[in-house]
Amino acid sequence: MTAMPAVPIEILLVEDNPGDVRLTQEALKDAKVRNTLHVAMDGVAALAFLRHEGKYAAVPRPDLILLDLNLPKKNGREVLEEIKQDDALRHIPVVILTTSQAEPDIAESYRLHANAYVTKPVDLEQFLTVVKSIEQFWLEIVKLSHT
Amino acid sequence: MTPASSGAPIDVLLVEDSREDVELTLHALQAAKIRNRVHVARDGEDALDFLFQRGPHTKAPTPDLILLDLNLPKVDGREILAQIKSDDRLGRIPVIVVTSSQAEEDIAKTYRLHANAYVTKPIDPAVFLRAVNAIGQFWLEIVRLPRP
Repeated sequence: MTAMPAVPIEILLVEDNPGDVRLTQEALKDAKVRNTLHVAMDGVAALAFLRHEGKYAAVPRPDLILLDLNLPKKNGREVLEEIKQDDALRHIPVVILTTSQAEPDIAESYRLHANAYVTKPVDLEQFLTVVKSIEQFWLEIVKLSHT
Repeated sequence: MTPASSGAPIDVLLVEDSREDVELTLHALQAAKIRNRVHVARDGEDALDFLFQRGPHTKAPTPDLILLDLNLPKVDGREILAQIKSDDRLGRIPVIVVTSSQAEEDIAKTYRLHANAYVTKPIDPAVFLRAVNAIGQFWLEIVRLPRP
C-alpha cells in the first residue's frame, strides 16, 4: 500500500463548474493523504498547466488528474487524447469525472486510455461519496508514478 | 453510479500464480456488493489463451476488468499488458496491475503501457485483503466499466 509520501500529492482538477470545484475541494480537504488541489477551468488552461506554459511556468507536475468531459475552449476528450499522446505526461493517471452516462462516451474515454471513468451523481451526498472513494483508491491504495 | 445494475454479473479475470493471493482476492471480491464472476489464470500463457479465446478457452467471456500480476510463469505480465492494450477488442478493458514490485521504474513503465492503475501487494495478508477490498469497491461500485 502507498507509503506516506513526504511531499503532498499534486492533483489537477479540470472542471468548469464552480459548485463541483468547491465540493471536490471539500471532499479532499479531509483526506488521510496530504494533497494539493490545483484547478483549471477549461481545456486550454489544463494543457497549459501540464506543459508549464505562460503563467504556469513554475507549477508542479500533477501526480493525478481529475478531468471533466464537457469543458469550454477545448473539450475533455481532446485534453485526454493530448495527455495520453505526450511522452512526458501519459504516465499520469487520468480519472474522468463527468455527468455523461452515455455508453459511447465511456467506451471512447477508455479507448483514449482514460485510467477510470466515474459519473458525477446529481445528489450532493453521493457526489461527496464518489470523490472520497476516488481519494481513497488513488491516494491510499494506488502507487502513483512520481517521475 | 453502479455499473452493474443492468443485471449481468461483472466478469473479472485474475491473472495470478500465487495460490494464497488468489484465495485472498476471491474472498475479498465475493464480499463485494456488486455481483461478479472471477476467472483465474495461473500463468501468462493461460491468461493470453483466455483473453484471445484460444485453446481451452474458446468460449471464455471478454472480461470487464482484469487484475494482473507482473511476475508470472511462461509469459511476463508486462508482455500481457502490452498485448491487451494494443488489441482493438481488449484495449479498453481496465487493467489493474497488482504486484509486489515497488520499483519506480516498474511503476512509470507500467503506466506508460496504459495500465489503468498500479497497486503494490502488501506482505501482511490483512492489509492485502484491505487493498483488494478497496479495488473491488472502487472498480465495481464507483467506476463505470465499458460494457461490450
